[in-house]
Amino acid sequence: MISARQLSKHYGDFRAVDGISFEVPAGESFGLLGPNGAGKSTTMRMIGGVSQRTSGELTIMGLDPEQHGPEVRAHLGVVPQQDNLDEELRVRDNLLVYGRYFGLPMSYLKPKADELLEFAQLTDKAAAKVDALSGGMKRRLTIARSLINEPKILLLDEPTTGLDPQARHILWDRLFRLKESGVTLILTTHYMDEAEQLCDRLVVVDKGRIMAEGSPAQLIREHSTREVLELRFGSERNTTVAAELQGIGERLEPLPDRVLIYAHDGEAALEQVNSRGLRPLTSLVRRSSLEDVFLRLTGRSLVD
Amino acid sequence: MTDDPGAPSAPLQEATQPYRLSAHRPEVSARRARRFGSWYYAEHVLRSMNSYRWTLLASSVGTPVMYLFAMGVGLATLVDQNSAGAFGGVSYLAFIAPALLASATIMTAATEFTYPVMDGFKWRRVYYGPHASPLSTDQIAHGHILAVTVRLTAATLIYFLIVAAFGASPSATGVVAVPVAVLSGLAFGLPLMAYSAGIEEDRGQFALVMRFIVTPLFLFSGTFFPLDTLPVFLRWIGWVSPLWHGTELGRALTYGYHLPPGLAVVHVLFLVVLAVVGLRRARIVYARRLGR
Repeated sequence: MISARQLSKHYGDFRAVDGISFEVPAGESFGLLGPNGAGKSTTMRMIGGVSQRTSGELTIMGLDPEQHGPEVRAHLGVVPQQDNLDEELRVRDNLLVYGRYFGLPMSYLKPKADELLEFAQLTDKAAAKVDALSGGMKRRLTIARSLINEPKILLLDEPTTGLDPQARHILWDRLFRLKESGVTLILTTHYMDEAEQLCDRLVVVDKGRIMAEGSPAQLIREHSTREVLELRFGSERNTTVAAELQGIGERLEPLPDRVLIYAHDGEAALEQVNSRGLRPLTSLVRRSSLEDVFLRLTGRSLVD
Repeated sequence: MTDDPGAPSAPLQEATQPYRLSAHRPEVSARRARRFGSWYYAEHVLRSMNSYRWTLLASSVGTPVMYLFAMGVGLATLVDQNSAGAFGGVSYLAFIAPALLASATIMTAATEFTYPVMDGFKWRRVYYGPHASPLSTDQIAHGHILAVTVRLTAATLIYFLIVAAFGASPSATGVVAVPVAVLSGLAFGLPLMAYSAGIEEDRGQFALVMRFIVTPLFLFSGTFFPLDTLPVFLRWIGWVSPLWHGTELGRALTYGYHLPPGLAVVHVLFLVVLAVVGLRRARIVYARRLGR
């Protein structure tokens, strides 16, 4: 459905997107995971047919968005990073005017708007002004708006950034339902849990390049161990104690605030630490996550 | 509906059956957007304006009534007593009415092509919604202009009706002053729109435009006295001012002020050229800024 080859976008000397390639088949939920400034949003804007690429190839439903902008955009639903609802209009009217951009008639739009408000759990806010909505509600309204033309592809640029945990879970639930109904989701995020929840497959992006590609489980398997032991010795000792931990687990990652030991069996690793007479202030055994994959690939953590 | 008991009940059943909503195909969306996109966006802007309809209506009626009373009736009584015949044989009220009409349109255009443009690009980023839809950047610019033109036409028409009610438009051609005033509004507004679209950071530029461009134009465009009464070194303000060109045309239309046909053509051309240059520039800036 979407195919990118050596896609690049430069702003002067700055390479926002530097030769990335991927394919997204129909019905897949595909994520771009990376820190802020990695080039995720720029990639999304090129897929969305609103930003011109510097080089490379890009097709959506077999069409080049630069030559067939309106045709490509007619296929898409877009949830931008920053909400751009019309706050002077009421909630339901935002859906109606948006639907008109697609030339959809009012006889379709009126019942469809009500259906989408229900889906977004905003039915009782239909006549409210947009400024009266909470951040999570605005986000849900933006998602409802993006669905007005019944798109087969939905682009979501950091859909839950800035929302509280409860609002995020409501949103994830709605997105999951869309995925189940066969909509192809393309989303960017810098949240590991979001990527793990929603993406069938993802690419880890850093500095405009793809660092790794695969399903969340596959990436963890390839780039990390099953478990991670997190030890805190206090900020003074974390780096110095690393030498004394050598040989435990498969890999050691000393960070300013803690030391990570990558091991297949975290509890066993902890026993080894104790048997060497080292007494961490706190210890925690957990499963490996995409955060560990990212740390391994870039040497940095995702959210600074 | 019919109450005939013999009528078949099938249509009723059909209506109560659940139906699937479905949108037309994306190709149809794209084709319609290519053809009517500007109107679709204009529809949106007009709906936004509609939420302020009472405020807009009140100012469209209040402003002319206030000005015409204060200047046209109050000041005019004094002027007419002391300098009868100074304004080509018409009353002072008739002399300033077309100028007030055109200046009101220009001021409205100045408001509509400054803050709302900034709102589209920066504050509430309203333009970025349609930008993600099948609409093109040109269509977003055109849609905004179309909606403002509708608003200007409605407000100017109301203004003209009030002028006529004051008896200040004796000629039969008076109502043609309405489209002329709208053209003047666009001649001033479209270059301003292009300027507004290029502003990244609001550092009070719009307040400066109002203070140092709109206000002097209002005062020195032959609005309250013929341009000839100004010293030569100030007359250029009138010559470059859409308001002066619009007012000269308006006077010819509302009270038969003598305007040689050649000069009338120059006035219209001047206004059209300004509007077209502004439009072309605005399209370029819109495309560049939205497509970044």
